[in-house]
Amino acid sequence: MERGETAVRAEIALRVNGEERRVVADTRTSLLDLLRERLGLTGSKKGCDHGQCGACTVLVDGRRVNACLALAVAHQGADVVTVEGLADGDEPHPLQRAFVENDAFQCGYCTPGQLCSAVGVLAEAARGWPSHVTADLAADGVELDEAEIRERMSGNICRCGAYPGIVAAIREAAGGGTAR
Amino acid sequence: MELGAPLDRVEGWDKVAGRARYSGEQRVAGVCHAVAVQAEIAHGEVLAVDATAARAVPGVIDVLAYGDAPALADTSDFELAVLQSPRVAYRGQIVAAVVAETLEIARHAQRLVRVTYDELGHDVELTPDHPGLYRPEKISPDDPPDTGEGEETPAEVSVDVTYETPAFHNNPMEPHATLAVWEGDHLTLYDSTQGAAAQRDALAALLGMPAERVRVVAHHVGGGFGSKGVPPRPNSVLAALCARRVGRPVKLAVTRQQMFSITGYRTPTFQRMRIGASKDGRIADIEHHVIEQTSTAREFAEQSGVVTRMMYAARARRTTHRLARLDVPVNSWMRAPGECPGMYALESAMDELAEACGIDPVELRIRNEPERDPDSGNPFSSRRLVECLRLGAERFGWSSRPEPGTRREGRHLVGMGVAAATYPAAARPAQALARVADDGSFTVSIAAADIGTGARTALTQIAADALGVPVARVRVEIGDSALPYGPLAGGSMGNASWGWAVLRACEGLRDGIARYGGAEPGLECRADTSGEIKNQEAYARHSFGAQFAEVRVDVDSGEIRVPRMLGVFAAGRVMNARLARSQFVGGMVMGLGMALTEESRMDREFGDYLNHDLAQYHVPVNADVLGIDAIWLDDPDPHANPLGGKGIGEIGIVGAAAAIGNAVHNATGHRFRRLPISPPSVIPHLP
Amino acid sequence: MRPFAYRRPADARAAVEAALDAPRAMYLGGGTNLVDLMRLGVAEPDLLVDVAGLPYDTIRETGDGGLEIGGAVRNSDLAAHPAVRRDRPMLAQALLSAASGQIRNAATVAGNLLQRTRCAYFQDVSKPCNKRIPGSGCPAIEGDHYNLAILGHSAHCVATHPSDMAVALTAFGAAVHVEGPGGRREIGMPGLHRLPGDRPEVDTVLDPGDLITGLTVRPLPFAARSRYRKVRERASFAFALVSVAAALDVEDGTVRDCRVALGGVAHAPWRAERLEEALRGRPATEGSYAEAADAELDLAEPLRDNAYKIPLARKVIVRTLAELGG
Repeated sequence: MERGETAVRAEIALRVNGEERRVVADTRTSLLDLLRERLGLTGSKKGCDHGQCGACTVLVDGRRVNACLALAVAHQGADVVTVEGLADGDEPHPLQRAFVENDAFQCGYCTPGQLCSAVGVLAEAARGWPSHVTADLAADGVELDEAEIRERMSGNICRCGAYPGIVAAIREAAGGGTAR
Repeated sequence: MELGAPLDRVEGWDKVAGRARYSGEQRVAGVCHAVAVQAEIAHGEVLAVDATAARAVPGVIDVLAYGDAPALADTSDFELAVLQSPRVAYRGQIVAAVVAETLEIARHAQRLVRVTYDELGHDVELTPDHPGLYRPEKISPDDPPDTGEGEETPAEVSVDVTYETPAFHNNPMEPHATLAVWEGDHLTLYDSTQGAAAQRDALAALLGMPAERVRVVAHHVGGGFGSKGVPPRPNSVLAALCARRVGRPVKLAVTRQQMFSITGYRTPTFQRMRIGASKDGRIADIEHHVIEQTSTAREFAEQSGVVTRMMYAARARRTTHRLARLDVPVNSWMRAPGECPGMYALESAMDELAEACGIDPVELRIRNEPERDPDSGNPFSSRRLVECLRLGAERFGWSSRPEPGTRREGRHLVGMGVAAATYPAAARPAQALARVADDGSFTVSIAAADIGTGARTALTQIAADALGVPVARVRVEIGDSALPYGPLAGGSMGNASWGWAVLRACEGLRDGIARYGGAEPGLECRADTSGEIKNQEAYARHSFGAQFAEVRVDVDSGEIRVPRMLGVFAAGRVMNARLARSQFVGGMVMGLGMALTEESRMDREFGDYLNHDLAQYHVPVNADVLGIDAIWLDDPDPHANPLGGKGIGEIGIVGAAAAIGNAVHNATGHRFRRLPISPPSVIPHLP
Repeated sequence: MRPFAYRRPADARAAVEAALDAPRAMYLGGGTNLVDLMRLGVAEPDLLVDVAGLPYDTIRETGDGGLEIGGAVRNSDLAAHPAVRRDRPMLAQALLSAASGQIRNAATVAGNLLQRTRCAYFQDVSKPCNKRIPGSGCPAIEGDHYNLAILGHSAHCVATHPSDMAVALTAFGAAVHVEGPGGRREIGMPGLHRLPGDRPEVDTVLDPGDLITGLTVRPLPFAARSRYRKVRERASFAFALVSVAAALDVEDGTVRDCRVALGGVAHAPWRAERLEEALRGRPATEGSYAEAADAELDLAEPLRDNAYKIPLARKVIVRTLAELGG
């Protein structure tokens, strides 16, 4: 047997949807697999496992990231919000409501990632971050028009092609609600 | 009236809350993880599988390979005879599997399995003059490969061109995953499948078990587009074998990369179109000659030429299908198999004919409307293509279409294109059970599948409508082979088939309630539509549509954007307006990918699809999809089925690529006859 | 993925020491490429030294108008920085055209520079690749190379560097700060990334244990008029077929100075020095831009299936310069 075939384990403590979680896990475990296989939070999806589809998108310390490319061991103490944590008790997040009402999904597999990504997009826009399609990079604010939403949501692939509904849902939520 | 209403998806809240569980997400005690080991040659035999290093990894439970894997009862389908023979028919074929306590351990040990091969030369490249081309006995689903009628006559105008489409991969967002659980001699498979009942039957036959001892559950399926159809994929078989071997529940998730070799794809095609017509555009002779590939592991003959058998009037008509049997992964269904690539070729050629005749492409199609189905001679149950074309032309502003290569706006060339669409409308026998629940509400059960189509919602509406109650009082149970038999979600037949049975069961229950004098809990009615379907009248049943596209071609970069697309469909009665729009638009988005971004690239040296991930295989992203919309005619077709619906899952992709390709020609003045039309091919033809 | 140990050192010295402790140690930043490569089996570290938490996560404007950028700064933070958006649009645009919002939020500046080629053969461990296994061969030369190099490649490797940000930084002539076993040093760009030659397994001039702690982007006032133009196969979230970073300084209709670098064409971000030289002092016209582009692209040696990149690069260079000069 080659040296170093035995899994290296580490204790990982993080906060998931407001709850402190402590797990002993293989250093190789991604944040996504930790959520899905260890914590039973299967809302975050595995569409590619390489950061190429966005189905695994979660919020880490308020930022949207691909949980499949995040090693759990490197996220000690992180504050993680998944799709299961978006609602406020029984009250759905405005984006969740808008996704249902605008039929912003079909099979639903990319949806949790789309939702977490959209929450991130609203926060990024609120901070005035520009995107690839922002005409005036130096401007302070950014209006989330359709082109901006499309570009910013392009890290989330939807093979069912529900993009028009996704854009409509985010526009609606951006206009009415506030980013959490 | 619930039918047709734009109801929210009934499982919508589960999906946005992350509560909807897809296969492999069920929690089962003692579960372990399996990972497939794939062949690294395209053709040959496995000589030996050395699992010493893999087995030595702490946490590895077992390694399965040919020679020591559990035997299957039926090995007639090589693709499904997993680990039953040393033969390797394509690169990526499953040759071993590792089962381990965790996914991390299984994936690591997978790389330590050493497989040695006796490698034979491989042939993986489809060419239009491949020496091995042969005529298959039949084409999918069950049609003759060749047809011919009428005498060829000299034509005033002729088009003789060949179109080329690459392989395309379905790429549903949920990779195929299976959780296999044996309890004694019963097997439960939580599986990503488009048809739980058919999957059960197929698995039972492979394993040599009576169907009653196998149960397949697929409550939520993350897309399929044909790749989760039946016959099953080898991963489902492998999961069952691994679980039987280790005596524990086994979870097996196919990786995105593995999907490019073991879960199907659309064949590449070469399609020669010959059309002869009079100067006024009336087709005299039409020919469609299709060249495709199939795998030595299993034959699949995609029916790309069938559209030319029924689409337009002609005096003479010939269609042929020839296949090359290659050392490639097994190609299979992908959204609108046959119609999708076939209509790309036919509708592109019609555009070329229109140009050659100097006739508007919309008008050309109208002039060639057949009175009856040219293929069967039967009357069409309904055929409203002309209305779709006219309404679309008006809504899209077709009259402002420029002459080819003449409209320039800044650094862009702008053009418009049109194409017709069609897809057969059929139904298969199904059974359903409608029952009054204890609380007086209604439960309707059928082994249907909702892979994102909205089936669960539409069936709820059909049931509520038939029972004459609000949808809130109806619960539809689907996605489980233990329920009354339903055929798979495929061929745009799902809702017609399931809905028909649901309708009959609910009508029967309603009668029963009337006879009984009240909705007594426990009252139930079972329906089986096989008799009705067998006795259907002879009609040619098809949906029709017209696709319009506007493109902008960047003269510097060759990048193409589609600012507007409009699909107009006559697809029978629409059960839910909101969900139907999503289905049509979704198909059009996939057609946009087919036209402009998608391509599976065969690696000649190694024999696999090289760009096997979502960074290299370019599915359209949100920014690619601009103004796409779909509308439809109010079109209940009483000859289709009692519901009047014709199926809408596939027609949205049909014709979409041709409309875009025709628009690119209109914009640039150059005819691109190979997909996708992307900067590398566009650049040399720009001004 | 092989089992690996994980350490999170407190400072750069400790990181460098830790990295020298294990035979196959690697630094971990955002992980957006490294974890990807580990899962593919391309990277097999036995120790990950997590440097994402080191105090190199700030962007500082120097008094003279330059920028000091920490190696652990996330791509999205750099793109959003006012001094980048205002004074260096080509850098902001390069960052914003890369990958996805999610990846930019995680990826670090240092990691972006050190990401590895997306050549399909490199990423598939079941196939030969000189970059992965020296001497095993380069199947891309005869195989699929439609999106590989046209400039500076060798008989051993035709890979391209995937970074967009690095193209803009190369145009700027940024300086890379390195903390290594032998102390600190600076490496200019171009100069960090190598051409493949006969050692394609070596992407950069860094030595084992070297850690990129940051970058200096010196002031370049005319870069307030600059652009990054990226051509790709879909509208977003794809690697470049060809990209151009360009800054132009025009006075009285004459090009006083310019900076141009190309992406998607070579093993390294490609500074178009011949182009720049040919353009300085010339009239700011499309004719001059085209001639200058040709001066650079004359060096191109396309492979069987990627010759389209020459006219593509030429057209996009000319258009980008014309937009800046107009």
